[in-house]
Amino acid sequence: MTAPANLGDPFVVELQQFEGPLDLLLSLIRDEQVDIYDIPIARIAEQFLARIQTLAIDQAAEYLEMAARLLRIKAQLLLPRNQDDEAWEDPRAELVRRLLEYQQVREISDHLGRMAEDRRSRFARAWLPQQAVEPPPAPLALSLGELLSAVDRVLRMAREPHLHDVVPRPLDVDGFIGTIRAILALRAHARWYDVIRPSAESWEVLSALLALLELARRGELRLRQATPFGSMVITRESTGQAA
Amino acid sequence: MNPLARLLEAALFASNRPVPVDELAALDPEASPATVVAALGEIRDTYQANGHGVELVELGDGWQVLTRPEYTDAIERAQLAARPHRLSGAALETLAIIAYRQPIGRAEIEEIRGVNCGAILKSLHERALIDVTGRGEGMGRPLLYGTTPLFLEQFALRHLEELPRADELAVTLRAEPRAI
Repeated sequence: MTAPANLGDPFVVELQQFEGPLDLLLSLIRDEQVDIYDIPIARIAEQFLARIQTLAIDQAAEYLEMAARLLRIKAQLLLPRNQDDEAWEDPRAELVRRLLEYQQVREISDHLGRMAEDRRSRFARAWLPQQAVEPPPAPLALSLGELLSAVDRVLRMAREPHLHDVVPRPLDVDGFIGTIRAILALRAHARWYDVIRPSAESWEVLSALLALLELARRGELRLRQATPFGSMVITRESTGQAA
Repeated sequence: MNPLARLLEAALFASNRPVPVDELAALDPEASPATVVAALGEIRDTYQANGHGVELVELGDGWQVLTRPEYTDAIERAQLAARPHRLSGAALETLAIIAYRQPIGRAEIEEIRGVNCGAILKSLHERALIDVTGRGEGMGRPLLYGTTPLFLEQFALRHLEELPRADELAVTLRAEPRAI
């Protein structure tokens, strides 16, 4: 099947000169002068492994994957098989197909390289389009009276600026402090909606909240909320009340 | 040269890109594509016969006046113009695959080359030699690449069919590998 591994004296090759594992493999096949349709996998695999030993780590993955592939093909070829087995497929077939495909690509890219080199050696006109230049505006032809009346028209048009009026809506914290004190004077416990009606406007809600926090700070009441977003219990603080 | 040829010469001199025949024909209401092509041939022959420093070349879907290669070194030495950078072998391989298989996704290119091509695709895209031409059907709808008109221009090709056909290559795919 395959010739016994005969490394001879493998010459040192800069791996950087190869475009990838397929390129290295093709180069080995050329150097060993073996038939691409009948690759001696064991010998080529050993050569391949020997070459990638000095590999820089950032390139390693692609070469190692190919090494693993070669070793698997080598193992598959070693499996005993029936000579008359029609269904047997050469495990090297896929590799051969890829190598030939890659060789085609190399040939085309050599061709492209020659064409690019030829084009590189000729210069075209290096003209760049200018930005389109606007013609300068014609000088103004009008009297002072016309200019002033134009200004007047513009000013009249702009007389009523559409501005949004922001209505100041001061918070009424003191008012709510009074309300809360009045409620707590009657009962020891109260809830949020005892302080504020459900349809209250935002300024009222804010005022009530600030009033509650202020009274809590002064020690007149205590606020408790069992769960987040749960109902708030307002409790009269007897000490605060005494003071 | 006849008046149409002189008009075309002026237009080609003014343009910084290859000019297609139909654009050249639009210069003169009496010109037809056939008379334009004939006039272009006359310009080219005149440049050839009288020993000019430039020549008229058909490339990238149009015609362009280019300097002759023998003057490139002198022009570059005098820093009047600079050659574009040479493409690497990896870039040429990737371009070759895209030119023949377009539209093609990155995974297929990497399968053929056996190496990662992300950085090279990016740089070819930046140099406007390739462009995204669509999306594939597979998982993740991968980007598909194709070559651009600039590719034809930089490789002095008129169209993609000028590239050698696969069956003209030295390596042809044999149908079946020989059984062992």
